[in-house]
Amino acid sequence: MKFTKFVIVCLTVLMFAAVSFAGTLEDVKAKGYIQVGVNGSVFGFGKADDKGVWKGLDVDCARALSVAVFGSPDKLKFTPLTAKTRFTALQSGEIDVLFRNCTQTLSRDSALGLDFCVVNYYDGQGFLINKKLGVKSAKELDGATVCVLPGTTTELNVADYFRTNGMKMNPVVIENTAELNKAFFAGRCDCLTSDASQLAGQRAVAPNPADYMILPEIISKEPLAPAVRHGDNKWKDIVNYSVLTLINAEEFGITSKNVDKMLKSTNPKIKRFLGVTKGNGKALGLDEDFAYKIIKMVGNYGEIFERNVGVNTQLGIERGLNALWTDGGLMYSPPFK
Amino acid sequence: MESNLKNENKIIIKPPRSSVGILGWVRENLFSSPFNTVLTLIIATILWFSIIPFLQWAFIDSCWLPDSNCRETNGACWSVISSNYKIILFGFYPQNILWRPITAIILLVSLLIISRNRNYWNKILGYSWIISLVIMGILLKGGIFGLEPVDIEKWGGIILTLLLSVFGLTAAYPLGILLALGRQSKMPVIKTFSVFYIELIRGVPLISLLFMSSVVFPLFLPEGVSINGILRAQVAIIIFTAAYIAEVVRGGLQGMNKGQFEAADSLGLNYSKTMRLIILPQALKIVIPPSVSVLISAFKDTSLVVIIGLYDLLKTTQSTLSEPKWMGFSAEAYIFIAIIYFVCCFFMSNYSRKLEKELDTGL
Amino acid sequence: MNKAKINNNSEDISFWYDPDKRSILYQIGSACLFAFVAWYLVSNTMANLERQSIATGFGFLNNEAAFEIGESLIEYSAADRYARALSVGFLNTLLVSFIGVILTVILGTFIGVARLSKNWLINKCAAIYIELFQDIPVLLQLFFWYAFFYEMLPSPRDALSPVKGLFLCNRGLIFGIPQSHPVYKYMAIAVIIAVIVIFFLKKWAKKRQDFTGKAFPVFFTSIFLLIGFPFICWLFGGTPTDMNIPVLKGFNFKGGLTISPEFAALLLGLVLYTAAFVAEVVRAGIQSVNRGQTEAAKAVGLKSGQVLNLIILPQALRVIIPPLTSQMLNLTKNSSLAVAIGYPDFVSVAGTAINQTGQAIEGVMLIMVVYLIFSLSTSAFMNWYNTKMALVER
Repeated sequence: MKFTKFVIVCLTVLMFAAVSFAGTLEDVKAKGYIQVGVNGSVFGFGKADDKGVWKGLDVDCARALSVAVFGSPDKLKFTPLTAKTRFTALQSGEIDVLFRNCTQTLSRDSALGLDFCVVNYYDGQGFLINKKLGVKSAKELDGATVCVLPGTTTELNVADYFRTNGMKMNPVVIENTAELNKAFFAGRCDCLTSDASQLAGQRAVAPNPADYMILPEIISKEPLAPAVRHGDNKWKDIVNYSVLTLINAEEFGITSKNVDKMLKSTNPKIKRFLGVTKGNGKALGLDEDFAYKIIKMVGNYGEIFERNVGVNTQLGIERGLNALWTDGGLMYSPPFK
Repeated sequence: MESNLKNENKIIIKPPRSSVGILGWVRENLFSSPFNTVLTLIIATILWFSIIPFLQWAFIDSCWLPDSNCRETNGACWSVISSNYKIILFGFYPQNILWRPITAIILLVSLLIISRNRNYWNKILGYSWIISLVIMGILLKGGIFGLEPVDIEKWGGIILTLLLSVFGLTAAYPLGILLALGRQSKMPVIKTFSVFYIELIRGVPLISLLFMSSVVFPLFLPEGVSINGILRAQVAIIIFTAAYIAEVVRGGLQGMNKGQFEAADSLGLNYSKTMRLIILPQALKIVIPPSVSVLISAFKDTSLVVIIGLYDLLKTTQSTLSEPKWMGFSAEAYIFIAIIYFVCCFFMSNYSRKLEKELDTGL
Repeated sequence: MNKAKINNNSEDISFWYDPDKRSILYQIGSACLFAFVAWYLVSNTMANLERQSIATGFGFLNNEAAFEIGESLIEYSAADRYARALSVGFLNTLLVSFIGVILTVILGTFIGVARLSKNWLINKCAAIYIELFQDIPVLLQLFFWYAFFYEMLPSPRDALSPVKGLFLCNRGLIFGIPQSHPVYKYMAIAVIIAVIVIFFLKKWAKKRQDFTGKAFPVFFTSIFLLIGFPFICWLFGGTPTDMNIPVLKGFNFKGGLTISPEFAALLLGLVLYTAAFVAEVVRAGIQSVNRGQTEAAKAVGLKSGQVLNLIILPQALRVIIPPLTSQMLNLTKNSSLAVAIGYPDFVSVAGTAINQTGQAIEGVMLIMVVYLIFSLSTSAFMNWYNTKMALVER
């Protein structure tokens, strides 16, 4: 009896525990899937719909990574993480890559044992407010009750902003994003502060989106980037170039619709990029046609943006900083050669 | 004198009408003194003015059908449940194979009902428990017999709640017994360690252990080894529950008659045999009712995993409530899961009370 | 092992079968096992911290916290240090536990007595209350009350105002308090003096009764002293009557005292939940006193107040106090659930500190130490109480 119990317990532990010693790429290939840390409650970036299907800009970038490694966009498993557990999950190896709208900062890059990859969304912190209050600028927020997620850069930025402007704030901090938004929309706080993109998401899912507005002030720089464990350069390269493929494809004007036509292009840069001229794939340890497959199955950055957060979605976000460098934005890909 | 006479004549005087029947009962139990009368009237008024509007809200003005337009009614919006019950109860478990968790839960509940009756406690029941637990595991996990495999990350809602509490108690029990024996032991090192463990764990709130499991525990593991968040929470719950079980079992051990130990000694039984054959079987029987209380607490405490972001029953409810369509209907959703928790706990506490009575007369 | 030596040492019992030596072996074995596990975990942790270059030690307590806290008993701003932020959290935990304990005991006693009432309606209401609130997880109750407060109550601009100077809205319950005046400080001192006087009065009254048999109306005198002393102070202090009435200014109410929805939800949830358990404790305590005791006391000629004070309570309390203390401790521990509904208690502030500094081990350690202090002081009190009770027992 005792022995059986012991065996059962051991088996369960084995069922849950994962041991990995080789590089992340080898581990991922051996497992057959990539474990991705996502937000879980931010509409437009990483949230499951009522059927349990994950959607969002971060999720689509992760799908690009899955295509690069496996040639299929569905070899992914998602772990929803809170602000508190996200970095621990990556450090401990519970997840392979973190696509959870995390701001790249010096202290996180250096002290938390993780490396940020290329930025997939340039964001900044703003305020969401009910129009009824008649506030037109963040400078008028003296004495306001502010809903903010604890343990984030957001919490520090907003305290700094109020301090610099000699204003007083009354914070309401709830760790759970969903609960925090619910409290804000019920009127517990005067304003909700977060990254502007998230605010657009929150506004989109508000019971009455027209009642709310985002104040013009952007009080911080928030470059959101995927992160991997420190020191695994091969894996970092793959994550980097999966995201850059999306951007580069937009630069070349390649979309999921015209990518097959583009294979016949005579432009040597495009031939190299799509793997018609071989070399790029081998250098990364991937299939030669990884870029082609990514564009075919997921689309380019512009398509992903418009599909998840763009002006025609509920979020209605302009490209702004996230436009290509040729259009006055910051999205810029190094050459693929 | 008169009454005596009447008695002799065998005339039976009926008790006054006001002290028997419904009237008598009402008089005795509701209006026995002026003070009681006032209290009864006050309580009845309060009940009248709170229950009637509640019933109106919950049943008459309410919306029941899925996807009906709740914002237009004054009453409760039960549609939030009927539209989302799948995600609330089962989380991200694939919705086309929900028969599997449902079967597993039915199996568990029927076993629990059978085990309520002490007459059925025998080896066959023990084995059927083990077999059913294995079957439940297979049903939920899949991967063999042509069942589609389902990741543990996708187990959510009531499956996770049951998993954490049932597994938590099963695994905590042996550990708790060892700790209780350690605390009673004459060996100072082992005794100190047991006391230290029990007092430390009982002194801190469960949430601190859950924090530990979610942010500190990964640091304890060697490089390259990682354990799933659900299992880490499970370990925290086991560690926590074991300390309480240990105190319960210690109570049972202390309740044992000294003669039992002496008799075992005189038969020449060694420590492990004494404990295994004589003491524990008796002591564990005494402590079944308090153990059930520990199970109830463990069951209620699993709701705390919502704070570290696991999708248990409470978290799936909250994530439903954050959908724009269902914002503002917290009361209905919370009442629904409160009923689930209440039914389970009520069943268990009733059982423990019944058992307590049985064991009381038995000893 | 040298066999000859073993035989010399322990007459006929071989080494392995000598219980004393075996016990030593077991202990050394378990100590080694424990030390090994500890060493293994610590070395892993050290390696991980090193690899991930996470800072260690409590140095962060002296760094600027840089985050704001919603409710505080002491002055606090984002420019203060982590140590101060944590003390704010600690005091908030103390506050909610202290008020919670008092309200729980009152409510629990009422319901416990109601459970024993001969009035059927009251009895059943109490029974339903106990069963209902015991069987629903306290966290769920907290979420329920919190959602109830912010979803059902109006915004500050449409605040309910049943009485002048009292407002109820989704920012909490806001009411006027007396304008601060030096005389209030003296009134507080007067209350303390009154308590000390009552203490000695009680001793004197008991002594006098022992000698002369004459009773002294301690209860009424005490009430008179408790109200009278501060009142005299107030009269001599110039009878200040200015009130600090809250007014709606900008976003929120300014002035007065605010009870936030987070605090109210936490307090309400904890009190309702724990009171159900306390009611059971009180009921068991009262039932433990034999009916004959009351009858005997009455036969001796004690008044009903005296019966309660001298006969029933001392016996019932002996049964009630130990489980009651553990319920109070449970309430304090459950107050850590504040983190889920955004009340800045110690766990919540420490959690934020963990996130901002990345120093999880130190943060969790602080949380554990704080709660251990609570529980150790409670068990110290219990030990003292038990010895005291044991002395009284004859």
